[in-house]
Amino acid sequence: MKACPEEIVLYMHEYLDGDLPREHEQALKDHLQKCPACQTHFQELKRTVAYIQSTSHITPSDHFTASVMARLPKERNSAGVQRWLRHHPLLSAASLFIILMAGSIFSMWNDDQKFAFTKQPNLIVENNTVVVPAGEVVEGDLVVKNGNLRVEGEIKGNVTIINGEQYTAHAGNVTGDIKEINEVFEWLWYKMKEGGKKIVTLFEKEK
Amino acid sequence: MDTIVRDRVKQVLKGDQDAFGEIVELYKDKIFQLCYRMLGNRHEAEDIAQEAFVRAYVNIHSFNLSKKFSTWLYRIATNLCIDRIRKKKPDYYLDAEVTGTDGLTMYSQIAAEGKSPDAEVETMELQATVQREILRLPDKYRSVIVLKYIDDLSLNEISEVLELPLGTVKTRIHRGREALRKQLHNM
Repeated sequence: MKACPEEIVLYMHEYLDGDLPREHEQALKDHLQKCPACQTHFQELKRTVAYIQSTSHITPSDHFTASVMARLPKERNSAGVQRWLRHHPLLSAASLFIILMAGSIFSMWNDDQKFAFTKQPNLIVENNTVVVPAGEVVEGDLVVKNGNLRVEGEIKGNVTIINGEQYTAHAGNVTGDIKEINEVFEWLWYKMKEGGKKIVTLFEKEK
Repeated sequence: MDTIVRDRVKQVLKGDQDAFGEIVELYKDKIFQLCYRMLGNRHEAEDIAQEAFVRAYVNIHSFNLSKKFSTWLYRIATNLCIDRIRKKKPDYYLDAEVTGTDGLTMYSQIAAEGKSPDAEVETMELQATVQREILRLPDKYRSVIVLKYIDDLSLNEISEVLELPLGTVKTRIHRGREALRKQLHNM
């Protein structure tokens, strides 16, 4: 390799990297044609590249991914929930439905915090207390919400008190059942039974 | 491909580990290949490749979504390999020997169709030699040669992976190729 231009080897490498400018490429070709030493050099470089590229591909073990996953730190819970939701659409829909239903019933419970009672002609109200005066007779059922009931007279029917208490004076008399409802779940049960009763009476009327 | 990977990365960012499993599946061959050619030992390559994925998972928050994921992953793997090479420098040649035999058993499993047994042995020997010579390269040349010729990265990508100027990458490729040429001279 006497008197070979210094840049020739650089040109060879640039050629192999695919960024040898046109005019240099011509210079390289011209030189290679008259210089066997550089030709060998160039051949050897190309062969080297071919050798490296010919190394066959080897693959990692079959349990590679599993091993990686086992080495990862534990994931956050929220992701697990999200994935579960994605994988079980039907169950997700059902649980969403239940959540919404529960929500609406709870809001009903909260809306129902007003004092209310069944209208009967001869009742007296003192503050939050419904009074059945002595000597009076109430015909039919009586429901008192968010208030107390004091019975001095007589009630011919069932009494239901939601979120309140009832006192029956010794002279008072209730012919039907007396029920007090104070807990959300009792109240729920009561609502359901009431709904059931309404449906039953509807059917009975149709007959 | 890139959009799939980006979606998976977003899922991983939300904490979904299974999505990361898909990323591992996509890149395990390439990353393992890189580690194997860098380290020359199957067992070690597998360990380092797995470690690279674990590091990627742990540091996924520092990945810039507008960049190429593979480049980032290659950087982690390359750095781990170089660290490992530097730590075990003393048994450099000893390791190369192991590689040769490892290579032999490996290639004998891949039955090349239509080749005579002699030719097969020759290819096996050739490949083992090439691998041994790659391992004899200093690590700064080895990494560029492996990234370019084993993982088929462009020079620009290599410069991003190694965080080196393009000019430096080119110089290293030239020198690495030149060194290999001398080593494989009489084949």
